[in-house]
Amino acid sequence: MESVSACSKLNKTLRQHYLNLPQGGKCQVTYIWIDGSGEGLRNKTRTLDEEPKSIADIPEWNFDGSSTDQSKGSDSDMYLVPVQMFRDPFILDPNKLVLCEVLKYNREPAETNRRISCNKVMEATKEHCVWFGMEQEYCLLSMDRYPYRWPKGGFPRPQGPYYCAVGADCVYGRDIVECHYKACLYAGIKICGTNAEVMPGQWEFQVGPCEGIDVADHLWVARFILHRVCEDFGLLATMDPKPMEGNWNGSGCHTNVSTKQMREEGGLRYIEQAIEKLSQRHQEHIRVYDPRGGEDNKRRLTGLHETANIKDFSHGVANRGASIRIPRQVGQDGRGYFEDRRPAANCDPYSVAEAIVRTCLLEGEDGE
Amino acid sequence: MATSASAVLSKTVKKQFLDLPQGDKVQAMYIWIDGSGEGLRCKTRTLNSEPKTIDELPEWNFDGSSTHQSEGSNSDMYLIPVAMFRDPFRQDPNKLVLCEVFKYNRKPAETNLRHICSKVMSMSEVADKQPWFGMEQEYTLLGTDGHPFGWPSNGFPGPQGPYYCGVGADKAYGRDIVEAHYRACLYAGVDICGTNAEVMPAQWEFQVGPTEGVNMGDHLWAARFILHRVCEDFGVVVSFDPKPITGNWNGAGCHTNFSTNDMRAEGGLKAIEDAIERLSKRHTYHIRTYDPNGGLDNARRLTGHHETSSIHEFSAGVANRGASIRIPRAVGQEKKGYFEDRRPSANCDPYAVTESLVRTCLLKEEGDAPTVYSK
Repeated sequence: MESVSACSKLNKTLRQHYLNLPQGGKCQVTYIWIDGSGEGLRNKTRTLDEEPKSIADIPEWNFDGSSTDQSKGSDSDMYLVPVQMFRDPFILDPNKLVLCEVLKYNREPAETNRRISCNKVMEATKEHCVWFGMEQEYCLLSMDRYPYRWPKGGFPRPQGPYYCAVGADCVYGRDIVECHYKACLYAGIKICGTNAEVMPGQWEFQVGPCEGIDVADHLWVARFILHRVCEDFGLLATMDPKPMEGNWNGSGCHTNVSTKQMREEGGLRYIEQAIEKLSQRHQEHIRVYDPRGGEDNKRRLTGLHETANIKDFSHGVANRGASIRIPRQVGQDGRGYFEDRRPAANCDPYSVAEAIVRTCLLEGEDGE
Repeated sequence: MATSASAVLSKTVKKQFLDLPQGDKVQAMYIWIDGSGEGLRCKTRTLNSEPKTIDELPEWNFDGSSTHQSEGSNSDMYLIPVAMFRDPFRQDPNKLVLCEVFKYNRKPAETNLRHICSKVMSMSEVADKQPWFGMEQEYTLLGTDGHPFGWPSNGFPGPQGPYYCGVGADKAYGRDIVEAHYRACLYAGVDICGTNAEVMPAQWEFQVGPTEGVNMGDHLWAARFILHRVCEDFGVVVSFDPKPITGNWNGAGCHTNFSTNDMRAEGGLKAIEDAIERLSKRHTYHIRTYDPNGGLDNARRLTGHHETSSIHEFSAGVANRGASIRIPRAVGQEKKGYFEDRRPSANCDPYAVTESLVRTCLLKEEGDAPTVYSK
């Protein structure tokens, strides 16, 4: 089986000829949504008569939910409600990418529309100015689903030389990373960094700092852009939290969090209070930190490979084996942010952000 | 090898020549439907200046014995220009010109279904209702070996589920073609209003509309020509066959959305329901006009599975993708809008489809045959 897809071998100079054609005043808008799996992204495009200036100019749409595991064929229409607009880095200005929420036929949120409840929680805690930074890890795979450039039927040298490396013997697929970074910057995604990760072919990008729900909106569109860039190159990106069993790192989505109080003088005590509250609700968080109620993360959070064990909650300064890490610098300055290292790479960032804000900032017990 | 030999010819060299200025001369590519009722043909001529409207384009002719349209002994057939578009391949000032075909005796060729469609659309009982259409053209990309593009050779991909509107090299097969086609249509002036990946991998859809009257057929045929030409450039093949792969794989249709000014006005749902009532009594007539082989092609597709209704029965329902006619959920709620006839096959002739709809719904015809009007 070929390493790269057949489509990636189609002539790109030819494609460029077509994409350079002027389009009059028309604007192509690509609607993006999360499907019934809670992990997969879908998209389709429509023509608008002129460039939308803001999200308010973009009409609602609908789609066939029976083809995305979201409804039955006999009652299949589902609604797409635009929520955030970005520039399109594939077919370029004036065209747009538009992230949407999904509603069922009766206008109730679809099962995997976790944005609605996240938004309510963020609105309720606005005065705390919660900032997030999410570190999205992922692995590149060839079309046969084996990690990209790993020898077929075998393995590369053990982990060690790959993290933040340079050189063809240590770095697998930098082209994708560079293209994704630029595409996100063009689109208006708040991408703040990239690095090669510990497993060869594994990479990370970071989105943030974003206030409230923006982090999740930006992260979902950054994921879409990653899958689209990989599609162009003919490779796959996987956010499976443990793509290779054995002595190979898993992939997480470490989530950095701070409130206004934590960022001010003496903020460390608010950080410690938050961690105390999180320690009381470990299992509730684990349940929403991957799309399978914790089953995916079981394969990753083993206590080895820079993870904490899924069964126990722990925290510590500069400790990458803990559930929550307080960065060394924050420990020294007495203020800043903390890092929750538990979310899996395939988590829904709406669910993660909501859980953290509920536990740390909203009064009340379970089930609120 | 999945792609054609011409796909590997240097596009840089091609660009060098296509960038050459051409003085005032204009290349006009005449396009017509051949004897199969599905195939498109084209040839080009030089004009001395850029035509501003369709009236400035001269009649032409071609050898009908080479396109299954006439005998060799009396082979000349006429090409009458009817719609003009900008040429996205050779670019301005060059044109694509859609034509009707006439026989040596100036009667319409057998597969010239536009002629009578145009007459029906201009009848006052039809034109006054401002019939709008939106057609959803599905199609499948194939390699030159006839196997769907991107599918493993001698094999099948994973089952349907992840491909509809999918993203990623394991879900979307051939997006380059879709993007190139969309932009080419916008440039050309075709009313393309959207695209999406379809349920079967390597299957895609684009939508043309809302377009009124006979223009619907013109724009859809032009869009199909542009798609064949784009695929030719990339070295792959497009198929409009309604059931390209048997088994648990979706077929390809051309769902046709239809409305009149009555249906679009307040309380228009009543007009929609009346239209559907009329359609329910003329199912066999419509099925005959909804593919180029009198319903035989659609018999392979309309099975009652894979989001189709059965070819033997007429049904209608709100948001029901297993019915012959679907009323969109939003239309059911707002009590006005349009309805979707899900029966036409991907290889239908849009002139025939749009004509049948207005005959039944607006001219209120009944029975198995179309009425012959005196004009």
